[in-house]
Amino acid sequence: METREKTVEIRNLVKKFGNFTAVNNISFDVYKGEIFGFLGANGAGKTTAIRILCGLSLPTSGEGTVAGFSINNQQEDIKKHIGYMSQRFSLYSDLKVWENIELFGGIYGLDDKQIALKTDSMLKALDLEDSRNMYVRDMPLGWKQKLAFSIAMVHDPQVVFLDEPTGGVDPVTRRNFWEMIYEAASRGVTVFVTTHYMDEAEYCDRVSVMVDGVVEALGAPAELKKLYSAANMDEVFTKIAGRAERE
Amino acid sequence: MDGQTAIKVEGICKSFKETKALQDINLEIKHGEIFGLIGPDGAGKTSLFRILTTLSLADSGKASVNGLDVVDGYAGIRRSIGYMPGHFALYQDLSVEENLNFYATVFGTTVAENYDTIKDIYSQIEMFKDRKARDLSGGMKQKLALCCALVHKPDVLFLDEPTTGVDAVSRKEFWAMLGRIKDSGVTIMVSTPYMDEASLCDRIALILAGKIIDKGTPADIISRYPHRLFAIRGGNMFRILKELKVHEGIIRCSSFGCECHVAVTDNGPDASSLLDILEKSGMQGCRVEAIQAGIEDCFIGLS
Amino acid sequence: MKEVTAFIKKEFMHIFRDRRTTLIVLVMPVVQIILFGFAISTEVHDAKVDIVGDPGDPSVQQVVRSIRHNRYLELGEFLNSPSEVNGRIRKGQTMAAICFEDRFDVKLAKEGTASITIISDGADPNSAQIVTSYIKGVIASEQFTVSSSMTGGSQAMRPNVQLMYNPAMNSSYNFVPGVMGLILMLICSMMTSVSIVREKEMGTLELVLVSPVKPFWIILSKLTPYLVLSVVNFISILLLAVYVMDVPVNGSLALLSLVALIFVGSSLGLGLLVSVISSTQQTAMLLCGMGLTMPTMMLSGLIFPCESMPVALQLFSDIIPAKWFIIMVKKIMIQGAGLTSIIKELGILSGMMVFLLWFSIKKFKTRLS
Repeated sequence: METREKTVEIRNLVKKFGNFTAVNNISFDVYKGEIFGFLGANGAGKTTAIRILCGLSLPTSGEGTVAGFSINNQQEDIKKHIGYMSQRFSLYSDLKVWENIELFGGIYGLDDKQIALKTDSMLKALDLEDSRNMYVRDMPLGWKQKLAFSIAMVHDPQVVFLDEPTGGVDPVTRRNFWEMIYEAASRGVTVFVTTHYMDEAEYCDRVSVMVDGVVEALGAPAELKKLYSAANMDEVFTKIAGRAERE
Repeated sequence: MDGQTAIKVEGICKSFKETKALQDINLEIKHGEIFGLIGPDGAGKTSLFRILTTLSLADSGKASVNGLDVVDGYAGIRRSIGYMPGHFALYQDLSVEENLNFYATVFGTTVAENYDTIKDIYSQIEMFKDRKARDLSGGMKQKLALCCALVHKPDVLFLDEPTTGVDAVSRKEFWAMLGRIKDSGVTIMVSTPYMDEASLCDRIALILAGKIIDKGTPADIISRYPHRLFAIRGGNMFRILKELKVHEGIIRCSSFGCECHVAVTDNGPDASSLLDILEKSGMQGCRVEAIQAGIEDCFIGLS
Repeated sequence: MKEVTAFIKKEFMHIFRDRRTTLIVLVMPVVQIILFGFAISTEVHDAKVDIVGDPGDPSVQQVVRSIRHNRYLELGEFLNSPSEVNGRIRKGQTMAAICFEDRFDVKLAKEGTASITIISDGADPNSAQIVTSYIKGVIASEQFTVSSSMTGGSQAMRPNVQLMYNPAMNSSYNFVPGVMGLILMLICSMMTSVSIVREKEMGTLELVLVSPVKPFWIILSKLTPYLVLSVVNFISILLLAVYVMDVPVNGSLALLSLVALIFVGSSLGLGLLVSVISSTQQTAMLLCGMGLTMPTMMLSGLIFPCESMPVALQLFSDIIPAKWFIIMVKKIMIQGAGLTSIIKELGILSGMMVFLLWFSIKKFKTRLS
């Protein structure tokens, strides 16, 4: 395990807002090609931590690297080498499918030829070839999320952050989505994912559970279930997060 | 219409431009039950809720709440229902107490008058009553919204996706609260995209792409599951899925947390032959057992 | 009724809890008046005026005396010939010059008429025009004394423009009614529409509509706070106008208030209409900013006089409520006109108010779709 390449390395990360400590001294590593589940109750500090890892916010103290760049002073390089997708914002709904791909391809510095190639291969992989001229707002949520995931990977990032990617998605599409995640991980992409579906926590290689700004538990789902003598991750989560003090 | 029925929906259709949001919806919800409308985003749950809460008109079909027609009797319905929309719809710049007082007054009552109805939930957030709604955490916002929907003692409570985006622990707490509200005699119609919440409802309807694909008690729906179902544990989930998908006699296999659920035809493989298939393709140490379907299996089967 | 008061109270909380809104609502009128009054003033102060003519002439002396006494003009130098004026204007040493004919008094006495030429800097037409009219005013007032002291009769001197009601061309007389119209309209239409659309966006309107409160009362309680604020603004603008800008209220204060109230009513109607049409706060802002404020500024006569517009624009300006309001305010405040002389405008504005309120209340959806 230790010989594997680390793509995310976090040491003693702290983030304070005034006298409120949102993230309280967390440390962990994530390895290349790993699916890392980042769980926690609402308000546990997940979003704050992800914002720091994505280079959108500076830590109060502590250090770390994402895709080989420092979260303290190489934020712009981080942004170039990661992909990000959230449930709330992913694509421009008033643009067509191909226009969204072109836009994000352009944003990440792909040239026209690369964009054209990417567009074709992406639409083929998603089976959306007939829908390239469809407005994103007219797509079913499941398709949208799958397209958003592919677009987050348009520049072949080393790490991709997925913030509740499957919220509200139907059960069949949800599973298709996870197959895409697996496929990406098998190509060596590190996947950092948050979810409220506890069955999805089981699909992760390792899972961390944040409670009140602290990483309370970290390990493979099987290990955690054994440790907390629980039948499934739902029980594990309830046992850990149920102790939360703050809301 | 008998006194048992709280909400009746007959042949409701609704379209937005070309999209058919609701197609021929028929439902009957009894007094004092928790009725769950279960389906993914975009299935039409919110459209149906808006028609029943008199906020929107159906293209065709009839619906009534408490015996009052949703079109002709809308004023009466508005007096007797509580509604919690899908998004957090409270005034962010008002405090907890101000929001509650406002909704109480708008519904022609006072917080003091109905304190008993909301005491159970309000006591959990009362210590933050001077805090602005925008500064509340997700779980507290949800409790406040529920208080505001309950403050005028409605007969029927409509909750549109109250647990979306809420963590697993808070969701459990929320359902416990719903159980207590139900015990006080309120009819609850709730929608959710989480299949695991189905078992907490008295009766449910599964909705997908504007159509009700099945309805009844959770047990009814499960008993109608047509295939034999096996759960496989151990081994690499996605290798198992890939291997079994192409096999004859297997209708479908889907991941369920650390298990893989395999639906097979009547003359398809049984537990031991499934194990054989896996071992032949080099996956040792898997366990296979026959299981009963859950709501999510049913939903996948029907979609 | 208790529902409505709760609603209105809540509305005031929204206004006063958002520092930006409070600032816009209460400080903007004052700032606008001050801005228009001092910074963007079209008035000219202490404009230097040269004199070409014999300083010993009694007529020249009289004109010089009144220029000295005029608070807007300042005496420049005595020049010998009109040819020197050009250079002085170009160097910015003077704004204008009054050139008396050679042997002015002698000619006036002998022939009964003599000419005066006013030269001013046309490169800055606005100021030139204003300075010229100040000078004309000075000469015109002088005309009486000059002619009375001489036997030449009243036609003695040529320039004779008389500005009634506003002899000093005080620009406050023009902008105070205009700014009043603009602010009342902004507060009523923009604030109202944004506050309703915000509830639409937030989803709170959904909850309120589900309540037993009748939509009419919801509308009324949404409008009331802005009506109250308009009254406050009306009073503060009026106080500023009278005590800081020296704009008189020559007519009846009651009539002025009535006119303002009717204008506020029509603006509230416009705001409601905007909120019915738009589904986001941005749309509402844009509609109010571009669709209401700009035409009001351009076409109501606040900046450009309506009379000098092409016919098509003049017709278009007729449907702008602010135009009628500004006309009436000018008539009441400055001319001291009574009800009879504004009855036509009052009728038009009242009609607009009734129509706008009726139409937008009718269009206000009691449902979402």
